Amino acid sequence: MKFPSFEYACPASLADAVALLSEEGDAMVLAGGQSLMPILAFRLAAPRLLVDLKNVPGLDTIKISAEDVRLGARVRWCDIEKHTGLSAAQPLLAEAISHVAHYQIRNRGTVGGSIALADPAAEMPGIAVTCDAEIALTGKLGERVVPAAKFFLGAMETCIQPDEIITEVRLPLWPSDRCWAFKEFARRRGDFALAGVAVFYDVDANGCAANTHIGVIGASDRPCRLGSAEQIINGAFLDATVIEAAAEAASNEIEPMEDHHAPADYRCALVKTLLERALTRAMA
Amino acid sequence: MLVKFNVNGDTVEVDVEPRVSLADCLRDVLHLTGTHLGCEHGVCGACTVIIDGEAVRSCLTLAVQADGATIVTVEGLSNDNALTPLQAAFRKHHALQCGFCTPGMITTAHALLTEEPDADAERVRDVLSGNICRCTGYVPIVEAVLEARAAYANPDKADAS
Repeated sequence: MKFPSFEYACPASLADAVALLSEEGDAMVLAGGQSLMPILAFRLAAPRLLVDLKNVPGLDTIKISAEDVRLGARVRWCDIEKHTGLSAAQPLLAEAISHVAHYQIRNRGTVGGSIALADPAAEMPGIAVTCDAEIALTGKLGERVVPAAKFFLGAMETCIQPDEIITEVRLPLWPSDRCWAFKEFARRRGDFALAGVAVFYDVDANGCAANTHIGVIGASDRPCRLGSAEQIINGAFLDATVIEAAAEAASNEIEPMEDHHAPADYRCALVKTLLERALTRAMA
Repeated sequence: MLVKFNVNGDTVEVDVEPRVSLADCLRDVLHLTGTHLGCEHGVCGACTVIIDGEAVRSCLTLAVQADGATIVTVEGLSNDNALTPLQAAFRKHHALQCGFCTPGMITTAHALLTEEPDADAERVRDVLSGNICRCTGYVPIVEAVLEARAAYANPDKADAS
């Protein structure tokens, strides 16, 4: 498998990268290439130009402040894994990212690449949606910031315009006493999950759950929140009965795709089991 | 496109099309055929090389992306006169049969043990899960890597870049 022929540019600034994308209508952005290269190998895309972001400054930093956590688009999975502050500042992210791909791919694959690819089973888009993250894009008209819930439009489909580049993913502040868990199931370690759930909630003064966020991956054409399950958890004192009811609601709410990896019924059952396990873990 | 990088200690300059993968560049242009190509889409791990100290899949990296990098291939981990401790452990434990996946196993294990000489069996299995072997069943490979740890804990004995 040889890649289709393309030109290659390695601009030294974000402005130059955006200019290249604007001038050449048929261009794609290259960061780690861990999804783009297979796509090219299979000829699912054949752009005229690849714009490599490796020399664009400022895209590879992880910034933790009192307001949020900001992941540059070129932050790699291994950077998240090795970062000493993230397991406290965004534990759900750190846990979910530990499930992404294999050792060698983790050394090159990037946050921005995963967000741009928008695989329905990928962890990073799932965490972005679950946590109400914002995605910062820069194009010829300047910067715009899109909530993750509005960013993913379908399987491998996003609202990125041809001249835009993802620069940053911004995850809101994470209270240190928040309850959370991430569970996914994949046939083999490092594979895309058949399904996965990310959960967090805060505990109010009465000991009841509030501000519940339940996100699911691999269960529809894009990562999404499960409102019916969240409603059951909100205001409740978590016990086995509440968890069972929420998991049942989640299983009924999703409409999974059917493919050669698993039938839809299986994915419904899987989401129910994963959510039960995640909520049980979160309250422990 | 002119690309300059360091391979196994030698600085080389090659003229390649942008679409040429690093794996093809190493094998076809530089004749370093120790790097093997199995799946060519990032699944099997046979093409693993070490770029700036990190194990990466050379089939998912363009040669032009490696401009300015320092690359170590399986050839760069060999020893002219004797087997390195990692290679010797592979031989002792029969950690290869057909040998096709071995360059990727060796480069991956070398990168891991260089960074984490105290990696436990679970970590070794986790890391090697990105490399497919169709012969051994993996058990002897994990045993070999675990045995080679001692040489990396004492870097003088690892005897390879």
